[in-house]
Amino acid sequence: MFGLGPEEVGILALSLRVALVSVLVSLPIAIVVAYVLARFSFPGKVLFDAIVHLPLVLPPVVVGFALLILLGKRGPIGSLLDEWFGIVFAFRWTGAALASAIMGFPLMVRAIRLSIAGVDPRLEVAARTLGASRAWVFASITLPLALPGIITGTLLSFARGLGEFGATITFVSNIPGETQTLPLAIYTFTQVPGGDGGALRLSVIAVVLSIVALVTSEWLTRRVARTLGP
Amino acid sequence: MIDVDIEQRLGTFALAVRFSADAPIVGLFGRSGAGKSSVVNAIAGITRPARGVVRVNGQVLFDSAQRIDLAPERRRVGYVFQDALLFPHLDVESNLLYGLRRRGADERFIDPAKVIDLLGLAGLLRRRPNALSGGERQRVAIGRALLAQPRLLLLDEPLASLDATRKTEILDYIERLRDGLHIPMVYVSHSVPEITRLADTVVVLSDGQCLAAGDADVVMGRLDLKPATGRFEAGSLVDTRVAAHDPDAQLTTLAFDGGELRVPQLDAAIGERVRARIRARDVSLAVRRPEAISILNVLPGRVVAVEEEAGPIVDVRVAIGAALLTARITRHSLRELRVHAGQDVYALVKAVSFDRRSVGYA
Repeated sequence: MFGLGPEEVGILALSLRVALVSVLVSLPIAIVVAYVLARFSFPGKVLFDAIVHLPLVLPPVVVGFALLILLGKRGPIGSLLDEWFGIVFAFRWTGAALASAIMGFPLMVRAIRLSIAGVDPRLEVAARTLGASRAWVFASITLPLALPGIITGTLLSFARGLGEFGATITFVSNIPGETQTLPLAIYTFTQVPGGDGGALRLSVIAVVLSIVALVTSEWLTRRVARTLGP
Repeated sequence: MIDVDIEQRLGTFALAVRFSADAPIVGLFGRSGAGKSSVVNAIAGITRPARGVVRVNGQVLFDSAQRIDLAPERRRVGYVFQDALLFPHLDVESNLLYGLRRRGADERFIDPAKVIDLLGLAGLLRRRPNALSGGERQRVAIGRALLAQPRLLLLDEPLASLDATRKTEILDYIERLRDGLHIPMVYVSHSVPEITRLADTVVVLSDGQCLAAGDADVVMGRLDLKPATGRFEAGSLVDTRVAAHDPDAQLTTLAFDGGELRVPQLDAAIGERVRARIRARDVSLAVRRPEAISILNVLPGRVVAVEEEAGPIVDVRVAIGAALLTARITRHSLRELRVHAGQDVYALVKAVSFDRRSVGYA
């Protein structure tokens, strides 16, 4: 496929899967958090906001380490999840997806929150006087009008997930076929003599993926903006 | 029937309003900041009063003593906002049907086809709100509120952002709805011409208090409400019937208990009820019948009261049959002519002082 070897296709597929799952799982949570931050004020809001943004400013290794401590096989949360639900994150691709989701979360929330804040709350009031419940107003008015921000946030987080390195390698290590995503594979190539060629090929793939993601985001946002009108 | 008795504190502004009104259109009148919007927001359930009762046609929407506070979506009170607030991501048709789709079959009594016809919306259905003019937007907003099948329609300064031509157009549409659908309406405005043209019952608000409530012609003519209704706009309402048309002169004669008024030609059938608003500053007084004068309406009457107040201007109340006119004249003229209560006078009203907005179909 496109002159890629089976190993390279495997790495690409794993990376896409990790980024996609991380985005799909975090999107509903991000929308709720963004809505709460955009529309409500409550005690502790500043602290809540800071915690949401923490992965943006922390060294990724610290996030990975925290995940390892909490969600590792013997971690306080990890052991419970394993015991009750049989869910294991440590050294699995799901762990890589979780690390990506957490690292991309602040980007996603920021974009969606801005978009929701831009929706005139009086439109929501108008919808309620027309007989719509709070939940339906959210689904039929707020969400569609915030769609540009939701698209931007999703793609930013997706791109961030494709590039995730520090938290992933710390939390789930660098296991070929399980947790070795694109950046980890590139790093591996650079660590062995004569690996430059392989690193270069994967880097080109990474550049192409990033450009596709950004162009898609821009195109979708424009399309939606056109249907929403000025 | 609307019963409102609410108390609410909004910052430093205290609202304490109590009125009952039963009319096709209730006018909620007052200057900006008088508390008009607060009252309609409380009726719609957008804000919650600290204390009180809101009832529409006997149904309790809010009662602080009984701890009843229906959510806005359960009140079935339509709300037309000053700036339309159409949903920008939906076309006109989806906007119109937004509320209708939330109503069960047994709650539907206003037919979409009829509303679309009455408001002239058929040609707009596929358009987006951003492709509509201000007047069209407001018509869609009115239609959208009506199709949510309300028991009461609130209109909060629906003409505020429109130019004069559009205002007249929307007023015509509102009258057509009142006659075609029989939905009680509360019409909020600070404009005397709008209130007097539409409202049957008027509630006057000032500083969060209800100053007066009652029949439009009585309330709007009261001199003691001048601080709230505004000196410039003071005037009187006369209920008339179309008596004759003079196509040559393009004049219409309106008959009322006390005489006749000739006004620029109206598009109304003989016998139709028409309400004429006569501004106090458009009425002059003469103690003898004037001759060779361009003023068409010379109405014999008797002075009922003279509103003495500091300043160069006085208002004189003149009874013309059963109708009451207010004449605004200078204190100088009052002294020169020795105008006093009980005196027989002639009230002079220029036909050209009537415009389309001061004559409405009642």
